[in-house]
Amino acid sequence: MTKPLSGLEIARQIGEQFPDAVTGFDETAIFVQSEALLKVARFLKESLDLDYLTSITAVDFFDHVELVYHLASIEKNYSVVLKTRCEKDKKMDSVVGLWQGADLQEREVYDLMGIPFEGHPNMKRLFLWQGFQGHPLRKDYTLDIPGGGKTE
Amino acid sequence: MALLTEPITVNMGPQHPSTHGVFRMRVTFDGEMIVDMEPIFGYLHRGIEKLAESKTYLQNIPYTDRLDYVAAMSNNLAYALAVEKLAGIAVPERAEYLRVIMAELMRIASHLIAVGALLNDMGAFATPLMYMFREREKILDLFEMVCGQRLTYNYMRFGGVSHDIPEEFTPALERFIEEMPGFIDEYDQLLAENEIVLARTKGVGVLPADKAINASVSGPVLRASGVKWDIRRADPYSIYDRFDFEIPTGKMGDVYDRYWVRIQEMRQSVRIIEQAMARLPQGEVRTRVPATLRPPQGEAYARIEAPKGELGFYLVSDGSSKPYRFKVRAPSLLNLTVLRDLVIGWKLADAVVIFGSIDVCMGEVDR
Repeated sequence: MTKPLSGLEIARQIGEQFPDAVTGFDETAIFVQSEALLKVARFLKESLDLDYLTSITAVDFFDHVELVYHLASIEKNYSVVLKTRCEKDKKMDSVVGLWQGADLQEREVYDLMGIPFEGHPNMKRLFLWQGFQGHPLRKDYTLDIPGGGKTE
Repeated sequence: MALLTEPITVNMGPQHPSTHGVFRMRVTFDGEMIVDMEPIFGYLHRGIEKLAESKTYLQNIPYTDRLDYVAAMSNNLAYALAVEKLAGIAVPERAEYLRVIMAELMRIASHLIAVGALLNDMGAFATPLMYMFREREKILDLFEMVCGQRLTYNYMRFGGVSHDIPEEFTPALERFIEEMPGFIDEYDQLLAENEIVLARTKGVGVLPADKAINASVSGPVLRASGVKWDIRRADPYSIYDRFDFEIPTGKMGDVYDRYWVRIQEMRQSVRIIEQAMARLPQGEVRTRVPATLRPPQGEAYARIEAPKGELGFYLVSDGSSKPYRFKVRAPSLLNLTVLRDLVIGWKLADAVVIFGSIDVCMGEVDR
């Protein structure tokens, strides 16, 4: 069985390295500050051998977007869930330099949720065409907003 | 005087027989050699993740059929597992076995298409594909017996499956299990040592193991690179820990290994179905679950080893009857991350074969 590492233990390890980075944790997930995400991700990858980025998900909670990173280690067979709160219209650091698997997923998040990633080599929409207005997976997206779903 | 040359850009697709759906590769050539490639997605984007937020949990099952429509049973299973994890629903023993049988039949059916279409792309026009369709047809007949559908099954339910198997299913499946290893031998005789197949596939599109892991590649493509990673074994879901099967892995990670791994996986799937049929218990096939399910607030990520790789569903519930967020971790999309690196330095005809060997379904890539 893939063992989910306890949020408490990981949070303690991150806290030793970066005292202000962790904002909370529960049994399965660690919450970190959005500015600290990249360095925490690098630390986790290097110290815990989390070599596999399973998925990146963005969830819209109206006042902020939550980014969920499912990380895993293929060799040691355990997993970690890293979460961060991201203000809307703010840029995030790309993790594509750590895991190439983030390439298309970050483009998807940008396309459908409107979070651009800084440091991504090709930050373009993935599914919708360039010039499309709005980001459809956001909760406030409707077809009634001016230009919603239409090309400029 | 030197010949004046310049790179030329060619659009392959979106309507192209080798793209297995609507996918565009914007390929830049220097002479015949590929120097750059940009994949362009979205021609089959239907917004399933957004649509799912306005449907109840139960209403979403048919939508999952339309993700990877070559392997709809697996999608059903992954989604059902995610909702069961979210709502804490138990599944009766008989249903677990039926799920495993269906998922493994689906894996064979999907790999048949993958291998047949790959050979089709290679120029072995239609003959291998028709051989593969002959067996796939039998699997589709079996699915038709249990749920009345041949492509979009809508078979799994939260807490079980929609129907028990009919009387005629068992003899038909037993006959299939008996015949299938012989058919796989037949493919091997025809193809595995065929000189043209070897020349077109050996050493082409090599994907090293560390790169495959770094790029979140999963499924047969990852195993062909020599990584022994199968979620059925690494993180057993349903009742996969009860079966005896091997995980075939490749050595080089070239197109041939990806083809070979799929052929071997079909043999293992037949073994699993055989064991599951022998132990299939009697009993209920479905727990009673309210039609309008309201899972408690929270989130769940469930994943399975789908024919194409790790298929995961990440669901967030706000306590209402509809999912707050419905995210699909699609193996086809993530396996395409490496496509650009694989095709650079090869010729156009090789790019077609490399793309075919990754085995994607655009319904799942674009969603």
